[in-house]
Amino acid sequence: MPRPLHLSAALDSPGHVDAGHYAALARLAERAALDFVTLDDSFTPEPRRPDALATLARIAPLTERVGLVPTVTTTHTEPFHTSISVNTLDWVSRGRAGWLVGVSATEAEAKAFGRRPTAPADALWAEAADAAEVAARLWDSWEDDAEIRDAATGRFIDRDKLHYIDFEGAHFSVRGPSITPRPPQGRPVVAVPVTAADLAPDASPGGRARVSTAIRYADVVLLDAPDHTARLTAATELRLRAGEHLRILARTEAALPDAAAVERLLAELAATGAGVDGFHLVPADPGRDLAALAERVVPILRARGLFRAGYAGRTLRDHLGLARPASRYAAGPAAATDSAGPAALAEVTR
Amino acid sequence: MTDRPLKQIHLAAHFPGVNNTTVWSDPASGSHIEFDSFRHLAETAERGKFDFFFLAEGLRLRENKGRIHDLDVVGRPESITVLNALAAVTTRLGLAATVNATFNEPYELARRFASLDHLSGGRAAWNVVTSSDAFTGENFRRGGYLDRADRYTRAAEFVQLAREFWDGGEETVRHQGPQFDVEGRLSLPRPPQGHPVVIQAGDSDEGREFAAATADVVFSRHSTLADGQAFHADVKRRLAAYGRKPDELKIMPGVTFTLGDTDAEAAELAAETRRAQVGAPTAIAFLEQVWGIDLSDHDPDGPLPAVDPDPGSALAQGRVRIGDPLAIAAKWRTLATEKKLTSRELVIEVTGRQSFIGSPATVAEQIDFFVQNDAADGFILVPHLTPGGLDTFVDRVVPLLQERGVFRTDYSGTTLREHLGLPLPGRR
Repeated sequence: MPRPLHLSAALDSPGHVDAGHYAALARLAERAALDFVTLDDSFTPEPRRPDALATLARIAPLTERVGLVPTVTTTHTEPFHTSISVNTLDWVSRGRAGWLVGVSATEAEAKAFGRRPTAPADALWAEAADAAEVAARLWDSWEDDAEIRDAATGRFIDRDKLHYIDFEGAHFSVRGPSITPRPPQGRPVVAVPVTAADLAPDASPGGRARVSTAIRYADVVLLDAPDHTARLTAATELRLRAGEHLRILARTEAALPDAAAVERLLAELAATGAGVDGFHLVPADPGRDLAALAERVVPILRARGLFRAGYAGRTLRDHLGLARPASRYAAGPAAATDSAGPAALAEVTR
Repeated sequence: MTDRPLKQIHLAAHFPGVNNTTVWSDPASGSHIEFDSFRHLAETAERGKFDFFFLAEGLRLRENKGRIHDLDVVGRPESITVLNALAAVTTRLGLAATVNATFNEPYELARRFASLDHLSGGRAAWNVVTSSDAFTGENFRRGGYLDRADRYTRAAEFVQLAREFWDGGEETVRHQGPQFDVEGRLSLPRPPQGHPVVIQAGDSDEGREFAAATADVVFSRHSTLADGQAFHADVKRRLAAYGRKPDELKIMPGVTFTLGDTDAEAAELAAETRRAQVGAPTAIAFLEQVWGIDLSDHDPDGPLPAVDPDPGSALAQGRVRIGDPLAIAAKWRTLATEKKLTSRELVIEVTGRQSFIGSPATVAEQIDFFVQNDAADGFILVPHLTPGGLDTFVDRVVPLLQERGVFRTDYSGTTLREHLGLPLPGRR
C-alpha cells in the first residue's frame, strides 16, 4: 500500500499585517484538507509582517483542523519562552501546533538585540538543537495526569508528576518545570528546513549541523532540492539516518495562474518514486494559488485516490500519522529500571 | 459630593490566578488551561462592555520547602499567545498581558506587542513587571538576577525603548543607554494605538514614580476606601512633574467580590468562599511562608506556633516577598489572642477578605462610591471561579452601573485607548 500523501503550504505574504488576510488563506488550506500551513519569521525589518506564532494563534479559533506551524528562531529568543509559546499555540488550537525551527544569522538581528555578536551557522544550529531539546523536555515536564484536584488532601497537582529538566548547555541552562501543562499533542510537531546541499558529502559545517538537528529532533523535514535526483538522494539519506517516523516534505513552488500550471503541479505531486512523503507548497500569490489548490488541484488528487477526502483526525499528529509520544519522565514499566536507585526509589514510594 | 460631572468607571476582568484566591475545589470550577475557559471569561467581559481582559504571569512554578507548591491552581499558558487567539473571538475588549522586563529583550517584546496590537485592531496592553530573583532566573539565559535597585532602571529604559521601536515606522532606531545598546527597526508599521497601553503594578516609591512617568494604567492593590484615596492622591500628584494631566493615568485596584441575592446571603457566601480558599494545608503553608520553618506537624485548629519565625529563610520561592516576619507574627499573635482564633481562623481573618460583598445593588453602589470619591478610577475584578466567576457580575451589577450613568452601555470606540479615554500618543 502506498504511503499517504502529505501536503502543506506556506502562507507568507510580505506586506500583510492584518489578521483577516491570513485567516482567509488558512481557510483555503483547510478546504483543501492540507496537513498544515507554515508562516516564516525572523527579526529582520523586511519583509513587513507580524510575529508568525502570534498570527497563527490569531487564526487558530477561526479554523478547526489545519495544522499551524510558525517559524520561531532560537538564536535570540529564550528557549523557555519558545517552549511555552508553542505549547500554548497547541492549547489554543486544540492540538494543531507545530514549530518550524529557525536561526538568526544576520548582523541586523544581532544588533536589534544587542546581546551577542553573530555566530557561524554551525554554532547557531547546534544551539537550535539545544533549544529543541529544552522545548521537548519542558513539554514533557508535566506528565499527562499531573492535575489531580484531590479535594481530600487539598492538592491540585500530584507534584511527583512534575519534573525539573535541569538542562545545561553551552549557551544556556534551564531548570524547569514548564509553567504550562503538557500540550494536547504531548509534543507539538517539530519541523526543520533542510536543503539537499546540507546532505551532500561536501556540505558546509552549517549544513551538517542543520541536518544533525533535524535527525535528532524533527518530526517533519521541509526538504529543498534543486531536482528530482537530488531530492531522491537527500530523502533516502535522511530516511536512513532518521528512521521511518520522519515525514519528508519536498519544497515545491506553486504558482498557479492557469490550467497549464495546474496540470504541471498535478504531474509533480502525483509522481511516485521521489522518496518523499509529500510536499510543502510555496505559492507565488497565496490568495490566488491556495484557491486554485483547493478548487482545482486537490479535487483531482482526491478523484485519483491520491489524497485524503477530508480530515480523519483532529490533531496535526493525526494528519501526519504520528503517534502521541509519552512523556519521557512518565514512570512506565520500562522506565522504572532506568531510574532505579535510592533517590528514584524514594520518589516512587513516598 | 461636589457638583462635578459623574466619573465614568473603568472595569477589567482578571483571569483567576495561580494562588489561593482561586477556588478549584468548587464543582463549578472548570479548566485553567483549555482555551474555552479563557474564551468564556473574555466573552463575558465583552458582553459586560469591560475595558480589558487581564492575564498575570509567573515564569517559574512556586515552591514551598523546596518542593512545588501543590495546593493552589498550578500551570498557565503563555499570555500573549492566548490573547492573540482571544482577539479572534472578541471585537472590542482590550487584551492585557503581564510580561517581565527582566527576562525579555526590548526588540522582541516590542514586536510581540506591536503584532498583538495589529492583529487585534488596537486592543493590546502590556503590564510591565520586573523581577530580581535568581530563582526565576534559573529558567533563563540571563540567569540570575538583576540588582534590586536596577529593576526599575531597566524597566524604564525598556519601556522607553519599546516606544521608540513602536514609533520607528520606516526609520531605524538607534539607542545607547546604560541597559541597552541596540539598533533596529520592527517589521511592522506603527501599531493602531500608536503605543499599546502600558500598565504598571509596583507599589514602592520607585514603582509609583515609574507609574507617574510611564504608565497609562496602575494596577494597584489598595482596595479599601482610605488606602485607595491616599494612593490615588499620591500617584496623581506625581503626574504634573512629567507634564501629564490627572486623567492620563487610570488607577485600577485589583478587587475580589461576592454577590448574593441579599447582603446577608452574600456575607454568608463570602465566608464560605474564604473557608474554601484557606483549607487546613493552605493555612499551614501560609504560616510557613511567614515563619520560614517546616510546620507540617502544626495543628491548624490549634493556636499559632509558639516559636518565632526564622527571618533568613528561603523556604517559599517564587512568591511575592513578605515584610518583616517577626513583626507580622507578633501582630498575628495579638489578633489571635484578642479574637480567640485558631491558626486556620487567623489565616482566614488576615488574608483574602473580599473587597466587595453584597447584593448587586449594594456592590454597584460601593463601586460607584469608591470611584466618585477618588479611591479609584475603576477596578480590575478578580473572580474566584474559572470560567464562570464573572457571569453574575456582568448580568446583575453592570446593568445597575449603567442605570446610574457611570458605565458605558456600549463601546464608543474600537481601541483600548479609546475605552480608557487615553489620548493617541504623538510620535516622538
